Amino acid sequence: MSCDLTGKDLIAWRTARFFKDGNVVNLGIGMPTKCLDYLPEGVDIWIDTENGAVGLNGAPQPGEDFDPNVVDAGGRPSKLRVGSACFDSFRSFGFIRGGHVDITVLGAYEVDARACLANWMIPGKAAAGMGGAMDLVTGSKTTIVMSTHTDKNGNPKLVHKTELPWTGWRCVDYFVSELAVIHFIKDEFGIPRPHLEEISKNTTINEVIQKTGAALIVDRDIRILEDA
Amino acid sequence: MRNKVTTIEKVIAEKCFTGMSVLLPGFVNVGVAESLIDGLLATDITDLTVISNNTSVPGRGIGKLVRANRIRKITCSHIGNNAETCEKVVKGEINITFCPQGSLCEKVRAGGAGIGGILTPTGVFTPMQDGKQLLEWDNEKGEFKFVKPDDPAVGPRYILELPLHADVAFIHAWKADTLGNVVYRRTSRNFNEVFATAADYVIVEAEHIVEVGELDPDQIMTPHFIVDAVVQGKALTEA
Repeated sequence: MSCDLTGKDLIAWRTARFFKDGNVVNLGIGMPTKCLDYLPEGVDIWIDTENGAVGLNGAPQPGEDFDPNVVDAGGRPSKLRVGSACFDSFRSFGFIRGGHVDITVLGAYEVDARACLANWMIPGKAAAGMGGAMDLVTGSKTTIVMSTHTDKNGNPKLVHKTELPWTGWRCVDYFVSELAVIHFIKDEFGIPRPHLEEISKNTTINEVIQKTGAALIVDRDIRILEDA
Repeated sequence: MRNKVTTIEKVIAEKCFTGMSVLLPGFVNVGVAESLIDGLLATDITDLTVISNNTSVPGRGIGKLVRANRIRKITCSHIGNNAETCEKVVKGEINITFCPQGSLCEKVRAGGAGIGGILTPTGVFTPMQDGKQLLEWDNEKGEFKFVKPDDPAVGPRYILELPLHADVAFIHAWKADTLGNVVYRRTSRNFNEVFATAADYVIVEAEHIVEVGELDPDQIMTPHFIVDAVVQGKALTEA
């Protein structure tokens, strides 16, 4: 079965294929929450929110009774599912740094060829702060960046070297775009290197290489992203 | 047995002062001691040094202190929900120090737990390491050594984050008994539990004040002996 989605929906669909039944997953604000629309059949995940709960269950419907004391990491009203648990912030971040969160999904300004992530500040622009992102990318077992392959001016989001301040150093495991899945695998010296693993059925290896700022390693059978 | 219940007016008049440092827990709008903040705003107390995770949204919670120009310095992880804070930071009216959210928790925990500092991998090779001491674990020697930011990383590297402590903490509780035992609710708990440990004077505003003995000892999240005063707060009605 092949998926017919495109753009951000395709990115969300593919990212959700990384989730295994029972995983604890932290989804960044914005595009990452779209993954919930595309959970694979039979995969039930626990949504971690760094402000102190596991088991978030979406926003209350208009008119539905809800507890204003339950919010997601964006501060928006949310519900808790049966089996959820609440905890304080310092334990929440202990769980995160301690490697107890399976997957963190977040967006990026840029990712570089050594898996360093920049997503919290652009020099010269007012910064809103990193919130919990630095802890999440440092401690989660797997960090997935969801991103369009290029920005709105056509510049690559995966670059050789970013001039932007990092959120995390050598922290990204997967870069998922509408064109490709790129897997950072550590070399013999422990340095992450970007390996091309999947391309969209609507593109070619050459087009992906051309639209990527980092030198990709193509050393394995390239699968079709929509068949994941 | 002591009864720590008092009024907001009295405790603020007696224990808060211009130039004080204050721990203000809360995540965006939940778990913020808003009744105490209102009480502070009814006085002339200003020039606050705030430790918080964020500054709520414009005109609510900590955002009220921002709007009224009561904050001189703030240590926090995020101000993205409050454009007024961003504006005052850019204008130089508020001096801001960003701190990753998990590091903020641990700095305050250290401040409240008598620990001289913590080592965290969070923020290594980011602007968060600027001006801080860095340590690297040498597996062969079995010891830590101090390293410079430009030294190539060989072993696991950590930032030494120092403790935070404040003059006063404003805590928001779901229930407190008259002795000061506290229970928080859902994600309103957030920074309240750890922030309550790291101030010289800890004021709890509770949505519900109950008699001693009504709270199950196993359910108490902040025990009475670290709480100095309990006041009646308002319930959160919207997130």
